[in-house]
Amino acid sequence: MISGSALDGVELAAGVVLAGAILALWRKDLRSLTSVLALQGIALAALAAILAATGGDVGLGVVAGVVLVTKGLVIPGLLARVVRADPGSRETAPLVNVPASLVAAAGLVILSYLVAGQLTALMPDPLTRLAPLGLATVLVGFFVLVTRRKAVSQIVGLLLVDNGVALLAFLLTAGVPLLVELGTSLDVLLVVVVLQVLATTMRARFGHVDLDQLRELHD
Amino acid sequence: MIVSALLAVPLAAGVLAAALPWRRAVGWAMALADAVVLGLGIALAAQASRHHVASGLDGALRADALSAFMVVVIGVISLLASIQSIRYLEAEIARGEHGARHASLYSFLVQAFITSMLAAVLAANLGALWVAVEATTIATTFLVGHRRSDKALEASWKYVLICSVGIALAFLGTVLVYFAALHVPGHPTGASVLDWTSLVHASHHLDPAVVRLAMALLVLGYGTKVGLAPMHSWLPDAHSQAPAPVSALMSGVLLTVAFYALLRFKVVADGALGPGYTRTLFVIMGLASLLVAASLLLTQRDVKRMLAYHSIEHMGLIALGAAAGTTLAIAAVLLHILGHGLAKAVLFLASGEILLVEGTSEIDGIAALLARRPLLGGIFGFGLVALLGLPPFSLFVSELNMIRGELAVGLGWAAGLSLLAMAVIFAAVMAHGRHLLLGGGPDARPSATSRLVGIPLVGGLVACAAFGLSAWPLQSLLAAAARVVVR
Repeated sequence: MISGSALDGVELAAGVVLAGAILALWRKDLRSLTSVLALQGIALAALAAILAATGGDVGLGVVAGVVLVTKGLVIPGLLARVVRADPGSRETAPLVNVPASLVAAAGLVILSYLVAGQLTALMPDPLTRLAPLGLATVLVGFFVLVTRRKAVSQIVGLLLVDNGVALLAFLLTAGVPLLVELGTSLDVLLVVVVLQVLATTMRARFGHVDLDQLRELHD
Repeated sequence: MIVSALLAVPLAAGVLAAALPWRRAVGWAMALADAVVLGLGIALAAQASRHHVASGLDGALRADALSAFMVVVIGVISLLASIQSIRYLEAEIARGEHGARHASLYSFLVQAFITSMLAAVLAANLGALWVAVEATTIATTFLVGHRRSDKALEASWKYVLICSVGIALAFLGTVLVYFAALHVPGHPTGASVLDWTSLVHASHHLDPAVVRLAMALLVLGYGTKVGLAPMHSWLPDAHSQAPAPVSALMSGVLLTVAFYALLRFKVVADGALGPGYTRTLFVIMGLASLLVAASLLLTQRDVKRMLAYHSIEHMGLIALGAAAGTTLAIAAVLLHILGHGLAKAVLFLASGEILLVEGTSEIDGIAALLARRPLLGGIFGFGLVALLGLPPFSLFVSELNMIRGELAVGLGWAAGLSLLAMAVIFAAVMAHGRHLLLGGGPDARPSATSRLVGIPLVGGLVACAAFGLSAWPLQSLLAAAARVVVR
């Protein structure tokens, strides 16, 4: 059972992940969104490392390293490259403005606490009690995804969902089996590479990556 | 042994295609590799229908009758698609659109796509199944955008983003199942927690509240890849923009590979919750899909978009059949997966040929196809007849048996609604098909259709009709596979 300063560390890291998601709603500057993702990645890696150290779990230690490299460094780096190609780009007109988004986020956090009650009922321990933070990150990620129009913001939304799922996996189960965890990290990395290539190609063709200007396909 | 070879053969073929400059012989080598996959799949199915469970790679791969059946479906449609890819790539190179390097990349991605689908249906571990399904998204994104047009780019963006979000939800569902399994006393720990057999074994002891949450996320998540409403919006775009052989693979098998994942989880969830919960989820999404397809099919102007909406309809029917969940209904669902795969692959491949020779895939731009190109028009016509569920094709038998299954468990009202939607779709497709095939068009001398197109497509239709007239070659396999799902 985890306790003391290790638990403090886990709580801090989980809090940073959710705070990052809220920050992503608040900031319109695309460059700072990539820093937010890097911060979340580092927090997730730290959380996994703490769990690995307290449990003496070597596999989880490897996962912590992989998470640090993919979510903390490579993925934010790839996104930063897309942003750098278009300096000064901002999320100009999200479908829902920032104050309303923040109110919505508060609602989503409360919803997460309600839903996560089922999980805490099965195993009422300090880690499971943090599960609402992961769930809230997933929901806020969804919200970013459906209300933002820039390609980069949509990728950020997807990655927020993904980081939220990763946080839940660490809190509930101390990570899924090593092989699955590695496969998952690789898949997510490849998806971001694919999205980066697509965003770059779209910019080269259309001169912008505003997705609401892409409307050729509809019924 | 067979199981490991099933993954090694298409992967090796893909690497070969990436290494060699593309020419016709390379294309045939790909088709040969997929023929080997089909052959191995049939061998596996023969074993599995005698209730032998094959395994490979230290138990990471496992092939019961359900897996073997899906391998056969993947094999036969991959074979059709890779033969047609030769024609597609040669035409593309002849038009000077893309060079041979592009064709090499295409061949590699198609084989990687086929390998990841095979890995998905052969994975013993539900986590590995997730990794493989996500890998199919990655492999197919560039294939959807292969034509590099504005529309193709838009379609691939939508495809990868929506499917990745969906699959992230499925992962969350998988994590929750894992969480529930960790709290079953005596359940093995470590990597084998997510092994399907041990999960099914422990399913009666899983916490119902957690499994309920998990299954909702799984149905929503994998349902996105299946193309079930309300997460279907990527499907018409991706299937209409991808090259025809890729559309055939995506519509013919990829959708049902994702549904296969749901069938596996259904067994686990039903063990924990009883059949009612999954049934409700499947009925809601199945009926929603039928409604979407019925309301949007009538207004479609493009042959491939019409076919794409038709896929949403059939996935809805399959979801309803799986909701019934009796042995009869599940066997019918599986036969429907095969029949729909064959008919839809033939139609997408034929529509690719139509685009090639007619220069358009707009329904208004094509008329009197039957008079001008009798073989191609005939294939398309019979394909539509098969897809509409008319005899002698196997979809008639499977739709009938799915409805019988639904009636048996008191889902008669859902079956009635589905028949209503099917009637609307029937009328819409008949109107489109009549214009396209008969219509009033320019009088021209009938021209022949390439044998490379004719032979495989007619073969596909004949197989679909043969399984409709008599399912005996499949009988024991279907029964064994249905018993994997119904316990």
